[in-house]
Amino acid sequence: MTGESDHIVAELAARIFADLGDPKTINRLDDGAWKTPFWRALSDAGLPLAWVPEQLGGAGASLADGFATLGVAGRFAVAVPLAETLIAGWLLMRTGLEAPNGPMTIAPSRPSDRIIFGKDATLSGRAIGVPFASEAQNIALLAQGEAGIVVALVSTSDCVIDESQNLAGDPSNAVRFERVKPLRYARAPSGFDHAALMLMGSVSRSVQTAGALESVLSLTVSYANERVAFQRPIGKFQAVQQNLARLAGETAAALAVSGSAANTIAESDGFDQTTFLEAASAKIRCVEAATEGASIAHQVFGAIGFTKEHVLHRFTLRMLAWREDFGSESYWAAELGRHVAQRGAEEFWPMVAAR
Amino acid sequence: MNTNLQFDQIRLPPECDTLRQEARAFLAEEIAKGTFDPHRPGHGDAHDRAFSKRIGAKGWIGMTWPKKYGGHERSFLERYVVTEEFRVANAPVRSHFVADRQSGPILLKYAPEHIKANILPRICRGELCFVIGMSEPGSGSDLFAAKTKATKVDKGWLINGSKIWTSNADVADYMIALFRTSPPTNENRRHGLTQFLVDMKARGIKVNPIYQMSGEHDFNEVVFEDVFVPDDHVLGEIDGAWKQATSELAYERSGPERFLETFYLMLELIRSVGSEPDIRCAEGLGRLVAQLHTLRRMSVAVAGMLQSGKEPVVEAAIVKDLGTIWEQRLPNRVRELTAFLAPEIANRVTLEEQLAFATTIAPKLTIQGGTTEILRGIIARGLGLR
Repeated sequence: MTGESDHIVAELAARIFADLGDPKTINRLDDGAWKTPFWRALSDAGLPLAWVPEQLGGAGASLADGFATLGVAGRFAVAVPLAETLIAGWLLMRTGLEAPNGPMTIAPSRPSDRIIFGKDATLSGRAIGVPFASEAQNIALLAQGEAGIVVALVSTSDCVIDESQNLAGDPSNAVRFERVKPLRYARAPSGFDHAALMLMGSVSRSVQTAGALESVLSLTVSYANERVAFQRPIGKFQAVQQNLARLAGETAAALAVSGSAANTIAESDGFDQTTFLEAASAKIRCVEAATEGASIAHQVFGAIGFTKEHVLHRFTLRMLAWREDFGSESYWAAELGRHVAQRGAEEFWPMVAAR
Repeated sequence: MNTNLQFDQIRLPPECDTLRQEARAFLAEEIAKGTFDPHRPGHGDAHDRAFSKRIGAKGWIGMTWPKKYGGHERSFLERYVVTEEFRVANAPVRSHFVADRQSGPILLKYAPEHIKANILPRICRGELCFVIGMSEPGSGSDLFAAKTKATKVDKGWLINGSKIWTSNADVADYMIALFRTSPPTNENRRHGLTQFLVDMKARGIKVNPIYQMSGEHDFNEVVFEDVFVPDDHVLGEIDGAWKQATSELAYERSGPERFLETFYLMLELIRSVGSEPDIRCAEGLGRLVAQLHTLRRMSVAVAGMLQSGKEPVVEAAIVKDLGTIWEQRLPNRVRELTAFLAPEIANRVTLEEQLAFATTIAPKLTIQGGTTEILRGIIARGLGLR
C-alpha cells in the first residue's frame, strides 16, 4: 500500500486522530465527550464512508485508501466505530444501497451467528459481540432469506441492544432482532456470503492490530531507552533486547500479512481461494502477534504498564479484544486447515505460491 | 530510535508465473528420471554436480548477474521463484547454491576483472562449488575474533590456521574466507580482517570431515599450512572486510531457504490428516499454513524491496529469525498433530522417516548463517537500542 493517494487519505486521518483522538489525552478523560467532535471531524473529512461511492452518499475512496486509514486508526487505538462504519458502507455499497450518515456497525460479527430475513420482509435473530452497536445509529446486516442472502440496513433504535463491553471497555453488544423492519434492503450479489463478510471484517481487524502493534513497539522501545535500572537504561540489557527484537518480529509479521491481505482484497473483485488464504492467515497470524506482542510489551513496562493511568492498555487491550471479532484465530485456523486438507498435499504449494 | 518496519506489498510479475511453470516442469522431469526423491530428504546425493550443470544450462544460476559474466540479467523476484520451487521440491542444490546466493555477488563487487571473467561464467554453468570460510575453532558468532592469519609475501599471502564447520569443503572448488592481515586496534576490534578468494586445490589445504549427529557429513575442518594466495585474490579493502559484510546479508538472510528447510513435513502432515481432519488437526494445520504464508509474504516483500534498491536490513534479519524458528519447530508440531492418527495411515513410514531426519537436523537451522541471538542483536541495533 504505497500509492500516492493512500498517503494523502491516511495522512489526513492521522492529523485528525492526533488533534482530536490522541490516546494519551483521551486516557486522562473520564467520559466519552471527546467522541462527538472527533466523529464530526472524521465525517467532515469523508472517512467513515470512504468505501461508499459518491452516488451512494460516500467519499468514493479506494479500498487501499480505507485500509491505509485503518492502519493509522490502529496506531491511535481509535475507539469510535470507524472500521465498523467503513465495513458497513462497503457492505451496503455491494448491493447498491445508499449509506446513511452517522456511525454504523455490522451484524453478524461472529461466524456462528445468523439473522433470518422472513417472508414478511422483517429481520429476526441474535448477534453477539457486535462492536459499537450501542453507539451506532444504524446496522448494516447480512441475513438469510428463503431466496438467498439479503443485505439490509436497520436502525439501532428498532433493535434490543445490551450493555456488554469488550476487554478494552468498548461496546461489544448482543443485539436481538425481533421482526425488525429494515430501512432498506436488497439481494446480495451472487458469490457474496457470510464468509466474505467475516473475511472482510477479519482483514480490517488485522490491519488495525498491525497498526496498534506498531505503536506498542514504538512506545516500548522508547521506554526501554529511558527507564534506568542498575544504572543503565533497561534497553541495554540483552535479555530485554531479545524480547524487544521478538516484539519487532511479531509487529513485522502482522504488518506484512495484514498488508498482503488488504492488498489482495483491494485488487480483486470477489472472494476466491487466494483471498481466503490471505484473509484467514492475516487474522490468525495477527491474533498470534497481538497475544505475544501484548505480553512482551507489558513485561518490558513492568508495573507502570498495567496501570489505568498509562496509555499502553489502550493499545494492548484493544488488540486483544479484536481477537474475537469476525472469527477468532482458532476459528479461522480450523477453516483454513479443513480447506487445505480437502485440497490435498499436491495442491498446497501452488495455493501458497499463487501471488 | 527507529521502529518503523516496512514491507512493501508486491505481486510477483507475470514473467515469474511462466518461469515458475518452467521450473516445475523441469523438476517433475528430474524426479521422474530418478535424480532425487522429493519425499526423502537426506537420501541420495546432495552434491549432484551433473544436476547443477543441467540447472545452469536452463539459465537458473547467476540469474541476476550481468550477461557478460554468463549471467542472465533477470530480476531478484525471478530468482526468488526459482529458489523457492527448488526448495519445495527438495532438489539437491548444495553444489551451486552458496556460489549463486553469496559468493558470486561478492566476486562481482570486489574481484578484479580477469577473475570475474574466469570464474563467474563457470558458476553460472553449474561447474563450481563455493564454500564460506568464516567460523574458526575459537570464533563462531564472534566473527571478528578470527585468528587464521594471512602474512604478506612476495606477490601474495601465506595462510596459516584453520576454519571449521565449513559445509561442502570436501568437494568445493573455491572458498571465500576472512583472514587476519593485521591485529585489531584499540579503537576498532573489527579492524584487520581481509576477504580472500582461495582455490581449494592449492597446496597446503587439508580438509577433515566432521560428522553430524544425524549421521550426515556436511561440516568439515579446513586446515591451512603455508597456503599461497596471490595478490589478485584479495577481495576488497585490506584490513577492511568489516565494512563489506553488511549489505550482502539482506540477500542471504531473507530468502525462501530460511523457512522452507523442513517444508516436506507440511506436505506429509496434509497427507497424514487426510481430507477430513478432526478439529484438532484442522486447527493445528491451519495455524501452520497461516504462519508459513506470513513468512513467505514477508520474504517476498523483502525480495521486492531489494529489487527496487532498498536495504531492508532489519526486515531481512526478522525474516530469518522468525523463519528459522518456524522451520525448526515444525517437526515437533507435526509430531504432536499426528499423535492420535491411526497407526496404519498409508504414509506412516515416510512420515516417521521424515520426522526422524528433520528432528536431527533441526538444531542447526537457528545456528547457521547467524544465530538467533546474533540476529536479535542486529534487530535491537536497528531499533536503536545499541
